[in-house]
Amino acid sequence: MNVLLDHLPEFRDGFVGTLLLTLASAAFALVLGVLLAAFRVSPVPPLRWFGTVWVTLFRNTPLTLLFLVMWFVVPQIFDVGMSPWVKGLMALGLYTSSFVCEAVRSGINTVPFGQAEAARSLGMTFGQTLRMIVLPQATRTVIPPLSSIMIALTKNSAIAGAFSVTELFGVQKLLSDQGFAIAWIFLWVALAYLVITFAISGLFRLLESRLEVAR
Amino acid sequence: MSASVLYDAPGPKARMRNRIYTVLGSLLVGGLIAFAVWKLADRDQFDPERWDIFNYANVRQSIVDGLVTTLKVFAVAAVVSIVLGMILAVGRLSDHRWVRTISSGFIEIFRAVPLLITIYALWVVFLSWKSELGLEGDMPAYLALVVGLGVYNGSVQAEVIRAGINAVPRGQKEAAYALGLRKTQVMTSVLIPQAVRSMLPTIISQLVVTLKDTSLGYIITYGELLYAARQLANNITVQDENPYVQVIIVTGTIYVAMCMLLSALATWIEKRGRRSKKGIKIAHAGEPAEGGVAGAGSGAALTPPMVDGDPPADN
Repeated sequence: MNVLLDHLPEFRDGFVGTLLLTLASAAFALVLGVLLAAFRVSPVPPLRWFGTVWVTLFRNTPLTLLFLVMWFVVPQIFDVGMSPWVKGLMALGLYTSSFVCEAVRSGINTVPFGQAEAARSLGMTFGQTLRMIVLPQATRTVIPPLSSIMIALTKNSAIAGAFSVTELFGVQKLLSDQGFAIAWIFLWVALAYLVITFAISGLFRLLESRLEVAR
Repeated sequence: MSASVLYDAPGPKARMRNRIYTVLGSLLVGGLIAFAVWKLADRDQFDPERWDIFNYANVRQSIVDGLVTTLKVFAVAAVVSIVLGMILAVGRLSDHRWVRTISSGFIEIFRAVPLLITIYALWVVFLSWKSELGLEGDMPAYLALVVGLGVYNGSVQAEVIRAGINAVPRGQKEAAYALGLRKTQVMTSVLIPQAVRSMLPTIISQLVVTLKDTSLGYIITYGELLYAARQLANNITVQDENPYVQVIIVTGTIYVAMCMLLSALATWIEKRGRRSKKGIKIAHAGEPAEGGVAGAGSGAALTPPMVDGDPPADN
């Protein structure tokens, strides 16, 4: 109990750090994932292949390996001096984008054929069909899997703590190095993660009921 | 909806446009790859001397040792997680309320906490009780990794297996009871075999997550493949530099190849099951399992904690 009260600033910084890192990489992953999903259903073969290769590669890469690549290989290519936070964001975002892409793609597959056929018979192009007809309807079915992906992202962000980004795992490491009882630290850190994941699943459930329509 | 429903068969104009996008897209992707290769070459990362390190027997031996350690951890964690998953799944479907409560509590707690947090806490516990438990060398890290992976993935597997058991047609259970089988017999000889068969692609996808998550051993300095690679690169200097790039490329390729093979196995079993006429519905390979940490895994692991029903998607 006292661990939390005595080290409130550390816990607060860690909590905010996890929250910010999760939000930023979620935004990055969402944009990239939707773009990749569009690639995967596009009429241009190389873009489809690119999407497929991307998803296969990143879904089968351990996140720790991606972090190592970000820390040791990427700086050799883009020597712009990225901060650990930005590198962590990139690793988490790239990894999660492949899961977002698959969720969006299977969402696209649940939209009834007639919708896209009607759009095409109105003379809409691929871009218009996707943007104005299919994706808005796919959103509803994509929400539950996206919620799972975002919760996984929150949990995955713990790895960034091992790579010197300020977040909750870093707090656990710091305080247990200082010799505080691990059981209490574990409890508080776990609770902090629970707060975030509950907020995410609550938010997505709200979105789901808002967007619900009778079909 | 198949992709082709989204656009008309291209006419001459659309074909032209698609060709332009093809060229532009290929140039962009090719350009990025070429830039990366050029930059790396510019920094002498492709210098033969830097790759020559892989010709030394001791370098190869450390990589093989790391690989064997990873596979060992994966094998033990896979068995622990599946056995634990079955016990927890059955526990959650038990007729006794206290068994259900304990199983659900266990599943929800360990599924909700990031695996790394669990593993690190276990590591600290094992380290501080090292002599009392009679652990030597890197045993604390090994146990932390295996137990952490076991309880986390076991909780996820439990939800997968439970979903499988619930999906077995009711007639199967009723017929089994009608034949006079006991509760345990109905579970072990009728329900679980069918559940495992239908959920096999999902179970294997979760094993891919387990395999990916063995890389968390790197963080608790346990000598699995990535940590072995890091140590290797730390101890070698070629042209005044540690060969991080080369070692990461080689070990990373091994890691990704192993995960892809296992994913391919899941997809193959799924396709094979679809063809079978036994009437057991086969689950999708990639479905749960994303994000598990490293998980998310297949990736990122992931279902909202404390939600009943759907099989988990964990990473």
